[in-house]
Amino acid sequence: MIDKIVGSAKDAVSDIFDGAVVMISGFGEAGSPIELIHALIDHGARNLTIVSNNTGSGHVGLAALIANRQVRKMICSFPRTANSKVFPELYTKGEIELELVPQGTLAERIRAGGSGIPAFYTPASVNTPLGLNKEVRVFGERSYVLEHALTADFSLVKCRAADRYGNLVYNKTARNFGPIMCMGARTTIVQASEILPLGGIDPEIVITPGIFVKRVVHIPNPVHESVLVAENRRYPW
Amino acid sequence: MSEVALQVALDIPNGSYVNLGIGIPELVADYVPQGREVIYHTENGLLGMGPVPSADAGDPELINAGKKCITALPGACFFHHADSFSMIRGGHIDYCVLGALQVSADGDLANWSTGEPNAIPAVGGAMDLVAGAKNIVVISQHSTKNGEPKIVETCTYPLTGKKVVNRIYTNLAVIDVKDNRLWVSKLAPGVSFEYLQANTGAILQMESDC
Repeated sequence: MIDKIVGSAKDAVSDIFDGAVVMISGFGEAGSPIELIHALIDHGARNLTIVSNNTGSGHVGLAALIANRQVRKMICSFPRTANSKVFPELYTKGEIELELVPQGTLAERIRAGGSGIPAFYTPASVNTPLGLNKEVRVFGERSYVLEHALTADFSLVKCRAADRYGNLVYNKTARNFGPIMCMGARTTIVQASEILPLGGIDPEIVITPGIFVKRVVHIPNPVHESVLVAENRRYPW
Repeated sequence: MSEVALQVALDIPNGSYVNLGIGIPELVADYVPQGREVIYHTENGLLGMGPVPSADAGDPELINAGKKCITALPGACFFHHADSFSMIRGGHIDYCVLGALQVSADGDLANWSTGEPNAIPAVGGAMDLVAGAKNIVVISQHSTKNGEPKIVETCTYPLTGKKVVNRIYTNLAVIDVKDNRLWVSKLAPGVSFEYLQANTGAILQMESDC
């Protein structure tokens, strides 16, 4: 029997090793797998490279992982948002590395990585500081920069519902990077608000096919980052 | 800036797919004329974005690119980030309305960084949008808060894209970028061409029928 459901977030992240590349889903708090991130803080792996669109807010979730000094490098498109304090402070002090990537290029690098495509050309960032030192090639009359695929050792992803095969559906704009990050890692770990029996998700509406998912943890009532930030909470509690 | 946002809304044809940037561009959605249907795209995975909900009705998993709560209209659809940027980069978005720090005479746009050494750089989707959307429209105050021109011969801030802007809407004028020149197609009420030119850092041309 195939059963990708694991008992706890703690068990799900227990083999994340020092120096791993970890993709973390979410656009701001929408889709951020906060319970899995907190389990990674408890687990303590260090020297991580994190691929995520933002850098978290307040002192919970991704921001808390960074504050706990477990992250060596961030690969993201928008490292500052309202209430993001931890990353800007460490970056200003030169204590964390940043690879800034245009958002669509970030998404396509992840998609390519999960699809067996090592690199691709895109018009985004041509003739800008972010296109410097990149191979440029002209197709037709337009210039494009070469971008390399991104893959990860692990992905942490939040979804609305899953079955034991790892088939997933998401919630509204919390889908964002989830489906492509599921494809982009060797080991994809998902937190799902609901576990459904096989067949409980109509095959026509499965968004992430289970083949891209290794482990599923049931987190019935995930906390909202913005609520914790408003309450000035810090992780570890 | 509401008159300027109205002007932008009037110029977006029925049936367009439109991406609105964060800030002043968001105002455009308030002025779509009666009977015209425009579908708003938000880069974080929604076509059919509707207005901001009442303060207590927001869903933190239904947000726009500025991470503010929004609504989804009937007929809306959700999709992941790679699909969202395929819509953008693949030329499927008809209009993208963006803010600007600077626009140059040949349509270069700078809107993501002032290049200050201690700033935290952040680009988001701006470079993909200007590279891919069919029409890039800038909506902005004509001058900075310090009275410096935002429309300049050459941008001094880091570029978002080169030769990407098609049209500029400001509180003083509507200006088209054509053949590496700036053509004034409309002056705001009470604004003379001479006043406009005096407040612009690049040479302007007057459309003959303006």
